[in-house]
Amino acid sequence: MATYLEFEAPIQELEEQILKAKEIALTTEVSMEDTIKELEDKLVQKTTDIFSNLTPWQRVQLSRHPDRPYTLAYIDALTGGTFQELHGDRNVKDDKAMIGGFGLLDGQSVMFIGQQKGINTKMRQYRNFGMANPEGYRKALRLMKLAEKFNKPIVTLIDTPGAFPGLEAEERGQGEAIARNIYEMMRLKVPVICIVIGEGASGGALGIGVGDKVVMLENTWYSVISPESCSSILWRSWEYKETAASALKLTSKDMKKNKLVDDVIPEPVGGAHRNPQENFENVKKYIIKALAELKKTDPKKRIDDRIEKFCEMGVWK
Amino acid sequence: MVWFKRNKEGITTSTKEKKETPEGLWHKCPNCKTVFTENEFINNLYVCDRCSHHERIGSKEYFEILFDEGKFKELDADLVSGDPLNFSDTKKYTDRLKSTIKNTGLKDAVRTAHGKIDGQDLVIACMDFNFIGGSLGSVVGEKIARAIDHAIKKKAAFMIISKSGGARMMEAGYSLMQMAKVSGKLGQLAEHQLPYISFLTDPTTGGVTASYAMLGDINIAEPKALIGFAGPRVVKETIGRELPEGFQTSEFLLEHGFLDYIVERHHLKKELSHSIRLFRS
Repeated sequence: MATYLEFEAPIQELEEQILKAKEIALTTEVSMEDTIKELEDKLVQKTTDIFSNLTPWQRVQLSRHPDRPYTLAYIDALTGGTFQELHGDRNVKDDKAMIGGFGLLDGQSVMFIGQQKGINTKMRQYRNFGMANPEGYRKALRLMKLAEKFNKPIVTLIDTPGAFPGLEAEERGQGEAIARNIYEMMRLKVPVICIVIGEGASGGALGIGVGDKVVMLENTWYSVISPESCSSILWRSWEYKETAASALKLTSKDMKKNKLVDDVIPEPVGGAHRNPQENFENVKKYIIKALAELKKTDPKKRIDDRIEKFCEMGVWK
Repeated sequence: MVWFKRNKEGITTSTKEKKETPEGLWHKCPNCKTVFTENEFINNLYVCDRCSHHERIGSKEYFEILFDEGKFKELDADLVSGDPLNFSDTKKYTDRLKSTIKNTGLKDAVRTAHGKIDGQDLVIACMDFNFIGGSLGSVVGEKIARAIDHAIKKKAAFMIISKSGGARMMEAGYSLMQMAKVSGKLGQLAEHQLPYISFLTDPTTGGVTASYAMLGDINIAEPKALIGFAGPRVVKETIGRELPEGFQTSEFLLEHGFLDYIVERHHLKKELSHSIRLFRS
């Protein structure tokens, strides 16, 4: 059963009409072909209309769509089942909100790392809603260093509402863990591609978000704070989340325009979840092309370019 | 029989002739409520003589305390924030900047300077909490980045005095990327084998903790400073119960292995200078 967001209501209506028409055709032998064709055309038109005029807040809602594919679904599709998950930070425990391991992409071994959200209530809890603890970031760093040692490129998939703000997380140094990752990722000798596939919330995202290519899928958001928290801090109320979403300029289009990300990967009409296969194909194509390009540069130059890119970000007078 | 007799009813002194006690003569410690004269307090480096409470101070005071004879050369003093996102919440960001610059006399939330500490070269980037909560925006990132370049050029030791609520929301994505920018620059400093000392003061939270404040060759802090990634209120809401006593203080962080030492303001210059000497002799 598909889930529909509020602004998708007209789409839901049309899809239900099509379903009904098909049912009638099946049970009464009345020819419904013309009606169905007409409805389907209308659906395509309507979907295109709605999705070409989304507000920033609607994009935020899409990025959190319950049917949207999560990290492991991407990795499975990209590696054709050759992914082998590796566990643990070698210090405290294995963080289930952060996953990683090698897999074959187009015949070549790649280190995949990303936050993992759960697909149902039980799994969401198990994955801690994609909010990693310090050990998650330290696992990610261990795996990045492993990739560097064997000269394998790294692809990180970002999808998190933030780093976990718990008591143990503070005790074990959430700040230090994220800081260390940012510092070390700047200096990795292998190519690094970071892709925001859902939510890119603040330091929790940046903790695996420093790379030669930092890109966003079309219907994702990436900023320093979620629109809800921004609303509660700056407007002192949860009511202004839509205003905050617009003010933060957190959509892929705005982030690209402001040169804070390198590229935007387009999604199928209606969002990644409406046609996951096409979506995975887009992502795969992007990674293969970007890796080929990055490999041409020598590691020292790649690191310098990476630092230089981040140094150019910002506006001052 | 009465000793004194009131001749006229009510207060008769005109407002013009009224004598006010001049402000700024006294300081009351917010912790133990002891009252000092302002001069005593300043001479004691803004530390309460009785309970040793360290009052929050800014770049002006730290530069005076740390640099030999209070002498230094300020770097990039005129850099000010733009408004890249045309941001407006309850107030326009440009108006907020203007009024804060006017009220604080500061240009942004960090000042950077080059001077000597016991004769050794030192570049300091010191954050000012008075400026929009010491928030990390483009100017803070850029000034620190340039200060690191300066330290590399002059082969000087480098220090950041952190005092910040975290990211500057009005610069959203730009603010976030300053964390990456400064961390990248610190890597370049390390290549030149120049020591980076991170000094954490009350408060250091959010994006500053999650980047340069935790990346020192040594991390040191003032006593009882609030240091954390998530703010205490957020942590409390997350776990749904009261926080333990002393949670997220300097002492807590030292105990959990994230600080090298805690230093009282009176000993700061001596200890800092000694650390630098041990790195460089």
